[in-house]
Amino acid sequence: MKDNNNIRFVQGNEACVEGAIYAGIDFFAGYPITPSTEIMEHLASRLPKKGGKFIQMEDEIASMGAIIGASLTGNKVMTATSGPGFSLKQEALGYACMAEIPCVIANVQRGGPSTGNPTHVSQGDVNQVRWGTHGDHAIIALTASNHQDVFKITVAAFNMAETYRTPVVILLDEVIGHMREKLVIPEPGEIPVVERLRTSVKKGVDYHPYLPREDGRLPMSDFGSEHRYNVTGLFHDMWGFPSNDPQVVSELMRHLVDKIENNVNEINMYKEYWLDDAEYILISYGSSARSAIHLAKNRRARGIKIGVLELQTLWPFPTEMVREKCAGAKSIIVVEMNMGQIITQVKNAVDNPSNVFLSNRIDGELISPADIKTVLRMIQGKGV
Amino acid sequence: MTGKLFNFKDYIRPRFFPHMWCPGCGHGIVLGSLLRAVHELGLNKNEIVITSGIGCSSRISGYVDFHSLHTIHGRALSFATGVKLSKPSLKAIVPMGDGDALAIGGNHFIHAARRNIDITAIVMNNRIYGMTGGQFSPLSGSGKKATTAPYLTIDRNFDVVELAKSAGATFVARSTVFHANECKDILKKAISHKGFSVVEILTQCPTYYGRKNKEGDAVQMMEGYKTNTTKIGSKKLEKNPNLIQRGIFVENTEVPEYCEAYDEIIKTAMKGKA
Repeated sequence: MKDNNNIRFVQGNEACVEGAIYAGIDFFAGYPITPSTEIMEHLASRLPKKGGKFIQMEDEIASMGAIIGASLTGNKVMTATSGPGFSLKQEALGYACMAEIPCVIANVQRGGPSTGNPTHVSQGDVNQVRWGTHGDHAIIALTASNHQDVFKITVAAFNMAETYRTPVVILLDEVIGHMREKLVIPEPGEIPVVERLRTSVKKGVDYHPYLPREDGRLPMSDFGSEHRYNVTGLFHDMWGFPSNDPQVVSELMRHLVDKIENNVNEINMYKEYWLDDAEYILISYGSSARSAIHLAKNRRARGIKIGVLELQTLWPFPTEMVREKCAGAKSIIVVEMNMGQIITQVKNAVDNPSNVFLSNRIDGELISPADIKTVLRMIQGKGV
Repeated sequence: MTGKLFNFKDYIRPRFFPHMWCPGCGHGIVLGSLLRAVHELGLNKNEIVITSGIGCSSRISGYVDFHSLHTIHGRALSFATGVKLSKPSLKAIVPMGDGDALAIGGNHFIHAARRNIDITAIVMNNRIYGMTGGQFSPLSGSGKKATTAPYLTIDRNFDVVELAKSAGATFVARSTVFHANECKDILKKAISHKGFSVVEILTQCPTYYGRKNKEGDAVQMMEGYKTNTTKIGSKKLEKNPNLIQRGIFVENTEVPEYCEAYDEIIKTAMKGKA
């Protein structure tokens, strides 16, 4: 297929690649793992065509290390993986949080734990994305239920990585990754692309790599340019100098969390369907949201006041938005393919947690509208 | 900087001192040899990225006035691979301890060697985990004492030189902190070498390895580097084959360097092939 053809029929993994290219990816390092491998295969072909670099590393840990190194020389970087590989990346992901290195990690979820169900769908890594690496920290995680949105959140992921100097996780799932559907690639400029913010501090003037500007952003300086500074995973001061001074430690910890948690409204992406008068609200994300939307449309046709809140930003969790959207609902059903991960956040957000129910599927099959309908009918007292 | 007399103050970050190494530690001599090598090569400080992992040796990266990347345990070579491949004009130097390089980091070590990416790996071998308080490493060898081997080690040790050679490193050398000038000369060649270079430097840890194994203080341990080593293929070796050989074991300029090879991939891809 020619590059100038804007309409494609692609896998979700390819939509992610197209989004990364649109966002200006320069460097990818990865290790093959089902069901994410197509992302690296396509980038192996695409990146050198635009003068970018691709490397297949010896393992998942090394891939994460390589993208962090490449980000520091001034590049937009990405890696892609699935559950077992995502587990291996956690330590270096925490390093990127601590050292504030922009990078994007795609995790195309499969069944877990362990080797699990490699070729089947799951949404079991939601909490791992939030708390997989050790220590307090904040993280951004985005997801999508169709290929146009996969493209959109991938561009957003690169933009947020640059804006907040942080790792951003694109949390896809096997159904989205492997399913084929239409993708229209936007024209250049149609979606804003955030470029690396570089310091304006001149040669010979002290540059403080970890001193935030008034707007909270930290301009970077590429390795190889005039400003030589230290990057470390230890707690550090504004020079990047290691420190265990209680004040330095406390301020950095608060900065790392606040820069993300305080911008939850800017980071929050979501879609809503028929929420205005909804008595029943389905909250879902990723491929599960497709079934939720299908069922809601179907029930609406039968006069039931039901709507869908589709989350695209999972972390930081948009607690306020969920509370507001759910304020008028009788019952809320969280639709997800795990033992109940986002439901914990939803219960925490809404005024009456006892009105929140789970419709889940954990057997490697895509949750169906009929699965959700069963839970809905039970809540309605109609029997299964 | 060539022609100017060497002044270590031109190459360090005073802010990071005093250093955290124990009295008698050999690592400062490695640092001195490295800085002298950089000085004599006339390298611009802006073109050097020093990447390290975790451990006593890895603290070198903070002390030097280059671009410095102090990463996570064992993974320095993978971070350095990203730095180097993304910006090949930079000089990548990776100082590592023996545990950092060859236990937790062993996989990255052999794969960086296999790729022949232009990185200089310095293995500062004190045969012990110093920072965590004296546990045996994959370079301790059998019959040694360590806090995790109170009844002596039964683990055999890697030979760094043989491992690097068989993994495909195109420059492999060994020296000791007793031979500081030799170290400097070898490091100059290693940094200038186009490809993956490995320099093993034997460096004493009197605090843990020396004390546990009754090898004496720093002076006695350095004396040991003088008496127990010899230049590659020397006559002394014929009389005493147990001597550890020092010098350059491999210097192969025939193998394509990884970043240069990738540049050819870019040329091919841009022509629309593949």
